Amino acid sequence: MAVIGSGVLRGMVVTLRTFAETYLWGRAVLRALRVPPVDGLVTIQYPDEKQQHAERFRYFPFLVYDQTPDNLRCVACKICEQECPPACIHITMAKDAQGRPLKAHGRTFPAQFDIDVSICMSCRICVDVCPFEAIEMDNEYELSGGDRVQEMLFTKARLLKSDGYFHQIRPEEARVVDQRLAAKKAPAATTPRPPA
Amino acid sequence: MDPTTIDTAPHVERELLEVNLGPQHPSTHGVFRMQATLDGETIVKLKPVMGYLHRNHEQIGEGITYIASFPFTDRLDYFNAMSNNFGLALAIEKLGGIPVAERGEYLRAIMAELTRLVNHTAVIGFLLNDMGAFGTPLLYAFREREKILDLFEAASGSRMMCNYVRPGGVREDVPEGWLAQAKQLVDGYPRFLDEFEALLTQNEIVRQRAQRVGILPRELAISASVTGPMLRASGVNYDIRKVDGYSIYPTCSFKVPLGTVGDVYDRYYVRILEMRESVKILQQALKAVPGGPAISSKGAAISRAPRTFRPPKGDAYGRIEAPKGELGFYLVSDGSPQPYRYHIRAPSFINLTVLEDLCLGHKVGDVIIILGSVDIVLGEVDR
Amino acid sequence: MSQPQIFASLDQLFVNLSAWLLGLLPARLRPSASLLMAIGAIAALAPLIMMYLTWLERKIIARMQNRFGPTRVGVYGLAQPLADGLKMLIKEDIVPQGADRLLHVLAPILSVAPAILLFAVLPVGRNLVAADLNIGLLYFFAVSSLGSYAIFMGGWASRSKFSILGAMRAVAQIISYEVPGVLSVVAVIMVAGTLSTVGIVDAQAARWFVCTPWGVVAALLFFFSGVAEVNRTPFDMPEAESELVGGFHTEYSGMKFALWYMAEFLEAFAICAFTTTFFLGGWHGPALPFWTAAFLLAVAIGTARLLAWPARVVGVLATLGAGVAWGSQPIPSWAWFFAKTYALVFVLVWLRGTFPRLRVDQLMGFAWKFLLPLGLINILAAGLWVVWPFPLGTLASAGLLALSAWGLVRVNAPEPLQPRPYILAD
Repeated sequence: MAVIGSGVLRGMVVTLRTFAETYLWGRAVLRALRVPPVDGLVTIQYPDEKQQHAERFRYFPFLVYDQTPDNLRCVACKICEQECPPACIHITMAKDAQGRPLKAHGRTFPAQFDIDVSICMSCRICVDVCPFEAIEMDNEYELSGGDRVQEMLFTKARLLKSDGYFHQIRPEEARVVDQRLAAKKAPAATTPRPPA
Repeated sequence: MDPTTIDTAPHVERELLEVNLGPQHPSTHGVFRMQATLDGETIVKLKPVMGYLHRNHEQIGEGITYIASFPFTDRLDYFNAMSNNFGLALAIEKLGGIPVAERGEYLRAIMAELTRLVNHTAVIGFLLNDMGAFGTPLLYAFREREKILDLFEAASGSRMMCNYVRPGGVREDVPEGWLAQAKQLVDGYPRFLDEFEALLTQNEIVRQRAQRVGILPRELAISASVTGPMLRASGVNYDIRKVDGYSIYPTCSFKVPLGTVGDVYDRYYVRILEMRESVKILQQALKAVPGGPAISSKGAAISRAPRTFRPPKGDAYGRIEAPKGELGFYLVSDGSPQPYRYHIRAPSFINLTVLEDLCLGHKVGDVIIILGSVDIVLGEVDR
Repeated sequence: MSQPQIFASLDQLFVNLSAWLLGLLPARLRPSASLLMAIGAIAALAPLIMMYLTWLERKIIARMQNRFGPTRVGVYGLAQPLADGLKMLIKEDIVPQGADRLLHVLAPILSVAPAILLFAVLPVGRNLVAADLNIGLLYFFAVSSLGSYAIFMGGWASRSKFSILGAMRAVAQIISYEVPGVLSVVAVIMVAGTLSTVGIVDAQAARWFVCTPWGVVAALLFFFSGVAEVNRTPFDMPEAESELVGGFHTEYSGMKFALWYMAEFLEAFAICAFTTTFFLGGWHGPALPFWTAAFLLAVAIGTARLLAWPARVVGVLATLGAGVAWGSQPIPSWAWFFAKTYALVFVLVWLRGTFPRLRVDQLMGFAWKFLLPLGLINILAAGLWVVWPFPLGTLASAGLLALSAWGLVRVNAPEPLQPRPYILAD
């Protein structure tokens, strides 16, 4: 039952090397011995340090508006509500007393747009299916709150963020979205409505 | 030696001890219960009890569109999200006759092989954690896994629940510089594997704990429909990437590692060799990725408007060599945007059916290791 | 003794200090006062050593795993053991229904008491030992064996099938590993000619016992038997967390669990300390002047990035002052002792951070089939070394040991790693 053998000693060398690599003096010794570098400390000390996320990192959606919050792109078509896999979006179109849709900036708009944070899967399908580029993914993830309904159900006011913000967090994607919107507007010069 | 037939002390009154391992597990496999009957320290009977994580995935799938099922497949085998997406995409493509963009084909095979690396490192880490190595190999494995997860985040937006592969290709193209980053990581991976192996393969303690433990005979493996590294460790040459030849695998040259004995050590070592083969595949694929769209136009149309996809009536079975085994998706369509029946053949679930045969005659400490080598994820077992 | 003379010698600082304190008392109180001082010193030091041993373990294992270890509670996490102690104290004390209440309380106490008693015969420095027993070695083995009673008592008192299983495994392990441990020390007794720990250290003044062929083997034997006796990885199956049970201390919580934990760590420290005493020359050390150590210490404190600068300034000044005051004297004996012991503690923690654990039957096989025969042969090798003069004696004993080790490995070898997996393209 040879426990002490070359195998275990090799294992011990690996751990010792990692141990030394995490210290400045250790690193100096290892370089002097010509040992190739391995990873040292990889911990990110949250909350003092935060991880740098990729541009596409997604967590929770937000509604995009151009220039002013009432100029939001969403027309309350309810496609995202239908396609959302866990059904966490709830939209009601703004209607007047007779039940006819109200218009602002020439479009219908939602009176109520709620997304439940605790149900949302961060799957991005709402963004993929929106024909009007009205909903995009945000990358804020520190959304914990104390109250289930007050803080975990995001209403329209809380979801609205500007297009400038969108450009700031996702420059590449915002560029592509702007191109798509421009392409849609160009045929609109010749046809009355953009293709659905 | 079968403890149920040898009675060394017939005059001693014995009582078999019935014990529950789980569902709150001291090990890291999820909510899984094993009802074991012990004779002293030896297992006499073992009954796995599953279902603690059942979340109605298949029934949910029947009520939502095909595309909307993709995020739920992420959560099946939550370590290997990209592979799961890939399997469903294959099934839907077969069902609906959707062509696949070539660049998309390469990208999703790259993601699948990266997932294989992720899974096998994590599994070996967990196996050693079960053996009692106080987390050191586990943390080394996770350290490397983090780098691959960062790649996944850069491509899809999420580290684990990627929701990236779609029928027709992938949801969007990888960002600039991603392929170079992936190449750098893949080229550096064999060095990590060497370090990992130095810590483990020759380690006498690992050898003593893992060799001759949990031997799975060839015939039993085949008759029980076991697939994946577990099957190949028992010496059966069956790798779906070679057998079905789906995606870009026919153009890649790689070998299939096989074991001889089929014990825990073989299963561990076959996974290490598979990782090395995956690195080879990745190097070839990363070099050969063509330009062009990442998703075919039909696939893009379906992605943007899921409700317009009404596949013809019929059924389709799409399967891939997931890191854990054969992951299959069986879809029956009745012409509507929602599937009529959606069934998943989960490799972990099928592989668990032989658990009792593997564990009989072994000690309690071995059961944990055997379970670790079977490599289950409860999300898949219970769906 | 006048006050300046107390601080004259760094090496004998504590001896002189205690002598001066005793001088203040009337003569008839001196014997009992000296006893109380020794007891007090041990009772104060032992928990402190244990607390900072847990801190050290967590930090070292963390660094081996590319992470920091405790950093939040106090600078460098140094107040973490205090936080842990507080947590243990305020936890609810649970006694399982139907358990034997008296034994349930008594078991952890009975486990800690021997662990602390061991320190009585430990020669920490020149003239620094609590009790210079002339049967010190025998006392060590006798007292450390009491721990196995406590374990079994604890397992039995919990009245749970799992605890009893765990306790039986632990006791079997401890008893099996005591035999090679004692055998390895028999060689030391032969060569040193005394059972007294102070005598054994004195016998290593010329050469440490580890610098002899039988000494190396005996040191490894003793160290590994010790590791197994205190149930530390790779021999910690009885208290394995990822196993079926938590072992004999499953049903303990709060302060009682803390006492079990304390016993384990104190015994681990004791093993390292006694390996140092028996094999690594105890408090002997090369005659380096003290200012080298003071200088290194000053550099370490000065470059500690997390310390606030007032603390750093004070630390550097204090160490430099000490260097100036005692610079020309050799590094004190107690410093060498603790340095060697903590080096062994590092090895202990290193083993824990690297290895998986052995299965119970493999543990026992290791003790009985490998360590025990090797221990017996080691005694013969030590005899050869003593009887025949250098170099014949050394060569003979080294040769005998190498041969027997190889032979035992061959006899007990696990399956060799033949290139089992083969690769095939479809």
